[in-house]
Amino acid sequence: MPVLWLFVLLLVIAAVAFFAGRATVLRTVKGKSRLLHSLPGFYGWYTSILTFVPAFLVLIVWVIVQPLIINHAVAPMITSAQDDIQRSLMADDVQNIAKGLDLMSAQGLLPQETSAMPDDLRGMLGSVGVALGSDPTEDKYAAALEFRALSRIGSIALTAVVLMVAGAGFLIARRQVTPTMMARNKVEDFVRSLLILSASIAILTTVGIVLSLVFSTIKFFGLYPAADFFFGLTWSPSFQGESELGLLPLIWGTLFISLIALLVAVPIGLFAAVYLSEYASSSMRAIAKPALEVLAGIPTIVYGLFALLTVGPLLRTLFGDGGTFGVNWMTSADAAITAGLVMGMMLIPFVSSLSDDIINAVPQAMRDGSLGLGATPSETIRQVVLPAALPGIVGAILLAASRAIGETMIVVLGAGAAAQISMNPFDAMTTVTTRIVAQLTGDLDFSSPTALVAFALGMTLFVITLGLNVLALFIVRKYQEQYE
Amino acid sequence: MNQMSLIDRAVDMTHIKIAARGVNVYYGDSHAIKDVNVEIADKTVTAFIGPSGCGKSTFLRCLNRMNDTIDICRVTGDILLDNEDIYDKRVDPVQLRAKVGMVFQKPNPFPKSIYDNVAYGPRIHGLAKNKAELDEIVEKALRRGAIWNEVKDRLHAPGTGLSGGQQQRLCIARAVATEPEVLLMDEPCSALDPIATAQVEELIDELRQDYSVIIVTHSMQQAARVSQKTAFFHLGNLVEYGDTGQIFTNPRDPRTESYISGRIG
Amino acid sequence: MTDAPVSKPKSSLLVQDARTKRRNASEARFKIYGLAAIGIGCAFLLTLLTAILFNGVPAFKQTFVTLSVTLDPAAIEDAENSTLKTAKYKAMVSEALLAELTEVGIQTDMDPTKLGDMLSSATGDQIRTYALAHPEQMGQTVEFTVLGSSRVDGYMKGRVTREALANDKNLDAEHLDIVDQLAAAGKLSLKFNPAFIFGSDASEKRPEQAGLGVSVVGSFIMMLVVLFLSLPIGVAASIYLEEFAPKSRLTDLIEVNISNLAAVPSIVFGILGVAVFIQFGGGSLGIDALRKSAPLVGGLVLTLMTLPTIIISTRAALKAVPPSIREAALGVGASRMQAVFHHVLPLAAPGILTGTIIGLAQALGETAPLLLIGMVGFVATNYPSGFFDAFTAPNSAMPAQIYEWAKRADPAFYERAWGGIIILLVFLLALNIIAVILRSRFERRW
Repeated sequence: MPVLWLFVLLLVIAAVAFFAGRATVLRTVKGKSRLLHSLPGFYGWYTSILTFVPAFLVLIVWVIVQPLIINHAVAPMITSAQDDIQRSLMADDVQNIAKGLDLMSAQGLLPQETSAMPDDLRGMLGSVGVALGSDPTEDKYAAALEFRALSRIGSIALTAVVLMVAGAGFLIARRQVTPTMMARNKVEDFVRSLLILSASIAILTTVGIVLSLVFSTIKFFGLYPAADFFFGLTWSPSFQGESELGLLPLIWGTLFISLIALLVAVPIGLFAAVYLSEYASSSMRAIAKPALEVLAGIPTIVYGLFALLTVGPLLRTLFGDGGTFGVNWMTSADAAITAGLVMGMMLIPFVSSLSDDIINAVPQAMRDGSLGLGATPSETIRQVVLPAALPGIVGAILLAASRAIGETMIVVLGAGAAAQISMNPFDAMTTVTTRIVAQLTGDLDFSSPTALVAFALGMTLFVITLGLNVLALFIVRKYQEQYE
Repeated sequence: MNQMSLIDRAVDMTHIKIAARGVNVYYGDSHAIKDVNVEIADKTVTAFIGPSGCGKSTFLRCLNRMNDTIDICRVTGDILLDNEDIYDKRVDPVQLRAKVGMVFQKPNPFPKSIYDNVAYGPRIHGLAKNKAELDEIVEKALRRGAIWNEVKDRLHAPGTGLSGGQQQRLCIARAVATEPEVLLMDEPCSALDPIATAQVEELIDELRQDYSVIIVTHSMQQAARVSQKTAFFHLGNLVEYGDTGQIFTNPRDPRTESYISGRIG
Repeated sequence: MTDAPVSKPKSSLLVQDARTKRRNASEARFKIYGLAAIGIGCAFLLTLLTAILFNGVPAFKQTFVTLSVTLDPAAIEDAENSTLKTAKYKAMVSEALLAELTEVGIQTDMDPTKLGDMLSSATGDQIRTYALAHPEQMGQTVEFTVLGSSRVDGYMKGRVTREALANDKNLDAEHLDIVDQLAAAGKLSLKFNPAFIFGSDASEKRPEQAGLGVSVVGSFIMMLVVLFLSLPIGVAASIYLEEFAPKSRLTDLIEVNISNLAAVPSIVFGILGVAVFIQFGGGSLGIDALRKSAPLVGGLVLTLMTLPTIIISTRAALKAVPPSIREAALGVGASRMQAVFHHVLPLAAPGILTGTIIGLAQALGETAPLLLIGMVGFVATNYPSGFFDAFTAPNSAMPAQIYEWAKRADPAFYERAWGGIIILLVFLLALNIIAVILRSRFERRW
């Protein structure tokens, strides 16, 4: 890993620069550090930063840009390509061949560097773990050799340039370092920009999410009509083509299951929160509150397994063929009700802890006012506390809904895979999240609509949950301001 | 009304509304009220004064069992309302509080309309048979709260939109609407400006005609202005209780005298 | 205002009127609803924990058979020259089993190959490995403890019944008679199975051999990545937002962004991982370390997911440090940066660490994004060969491995999935206990 070693070398140089900078400024004042504007260490840091940062940036940009340039340079060598799309696909092969050759020579498997293509190149590459999309051809092999040659030149040039930039930075810093220089302020400015950079990672993440969804979604709509996707009533993907990719059954399943979950979680969570904050003795609170919080800390895979192996079979013995109730409503243990029930369980602590916060934010004076008029505690809660807390509680329910819609593991394991629009909670249904998992696992061909549809589904999911979250956050924030 | 006229205040002592006998209050380990005995007359304004933390608010909250809402609070002794022990097991605090209304230190209108604020009590206690009767009760209460003229055109505006003084008068109207027999006021003017305070004090004096009013205040001037009887609390003890005129002009206990003259506070 | 209030009939406090009775009844009902809600919540928790323990504890035990196998040099040479090496070894074990049966006096007319169905197909490999490692014991008879097949194991644990075997082609009722007799003779028993905790995953046909160990390493590596990236970035971002950021549109945008990211479904982060890290980073940019199924990629995705949690709790911890501390530092001439790094940050550290640990616990249990970046769908058989390899070599992770087992639709794997959950929950419990201890020991109230 030459880049890694170059990076380590750069770190060592930066460390040296720190001590050099510190020593230089101390020498100019003959060790009397009181004469300096800043502590001696800051001069060291300043030198070190100026040495390291520009060189490091060059290193990163170079590593990213080099393969692009080289690809561009070797692209004309791929003569067997008929058009640009094919050429770009073949360029991947060229890169893979080059990578494979590198691996083989690193492991000593490459007997000699020949310009003639070995017969069993594909097999040889396979033995070092590089799989090719198509059979290697002579022109690709030649391009790969060229690719390797250019890469080698590139990496030598990279080392030289990076070291030169580091050296230049060091020299500039040395010239600037004088006892009156405000080294601390400069170092702090740098630290501050690092802090800003970290804070903007949140934005970058969102941008990353949006970009990764948008590009592939657009690509998908190029292959599959958007109207058919949004308004289609059938979901039957087929990797051989002729897929029908209608969103509606998935949305239906998602909303149906989420609704069941909310029907379970909201009353139970809300009543639990009310009881805990208004009635429970402190010893009861000390037991019940953590118990509910434990439910929140359990990973969703556990709930998924619980749905698949415990709740589903249980419901089937109750409602299935020859079951306890003799109703034969349920044919398979995977059903909307299974996933909905378990998801409701998962959401109880979510609803209860959010509502608890919100109910506690209602000032005690309100309760006193009502109790002082002779209202019973429950009248106080129903007629004063809950109406006052209503916006906050609505916000909490919206957040819970967004959770339910985006939940994956419970539905993957508990809801089944049948994409259908049905009113019967005992039917198997499927959701947007389960289909994303189904379309994006395994070996993928990112140019087929069956894989790309996952991005369109992801986009739909992201937009829905984003809308709910922003709305909920807005409501909750407004609510909190009211009592501040 | 605003002058310190302490003479010719006929106190009708014929009817004792509330009698406390040997009342002790504990908050966990701390002993907040120590053996308090007091008899409070009907149709009178009684003021509780004393330095902060002396227990006057705590004692006030015992009178309609608002202390029940605090887990660690324990009350012993007897408090009789019309000769019935309000801490009797058979007594429902809800019924008690309908008879003994309360106005709090900070105005606390519910986040509802002005109308609904006042109608809240009558509604939960089932005082009105129909909408017209409820309207009547609300209007009467708002008139008694001396705020009717200011809000009659916007009864359905939120109560929280009123000014501080208006809010407090709304809260008084709200308390009056349930037709209590006793009205407890816990420093009702401490969050108000002088003009609003004057309005509320005037109102208190009017309320005396129909109710037994007990007011906690740490303003001695206010006690002197509005009350006929004054009780002075200090460190959980009821130090002195008597006619307001006598307490302020001729206190019997040296502690009362120190407080009145500003030496303890 | 002179009209006196309507004097109502005096009612005694000691008698409840009808209305009060009705109101108190509704009060009691309301309280019961609340209690019921808490009861249901706790009942759910109890059911869940019971299901986990009841189904999962058996996974820690496994049926082992004690056998004496003669390492016959001729047979071993024959097996080594064959293309089906382990099958030949397995045949040797089956013969040994038959001999063992005869020795303890169990009569059977089953042929050895069929008899061998009682034992795991992994036994062949076990004998081979031993034989090749100990050439000096060639020709001797060595006592082995070998795995029983998953059906035998299920029978020992009461999961497989004789009725259920009626249409099972792997095992007959006759086998079970032998199992009963072997167990009675002390040659076959359920024992604690450390391989479940430390071993690697096994193919679909050998649930009895599968273990969680390799995926524990995968999870551990991911947690390392999450810790070393999200802690510094999260703390830096929080410091900026809490201590330095001006009140501006941009700051508002970042704040809304963070609260929103905390609520974005985890699967969307998985899509981000596929598109940005694997397709773009590993594909377009050709960064080799970013490949499918690599714990490094998993760690990066989980880092992005954990960041909002850490930022939110760190900001709360910073906010809890009173402004007087900052003013004191500024008052003696420290810069704002120094005030923050020398005074505020150390005071907020316990809160930050607690938040980080809770974020880690969340990340440890997260499954959905790992499915998309390919940490399922293969058999994670080998421990990584070195430290760097552990980051980039395809691996599974605990929750992904549990999902993988749950998907294999074999009751023997279900049992392992439940058992895996117990291990996962033990790790989560440990993390949470650390957080609780940190909080109670170092938390300062101002």
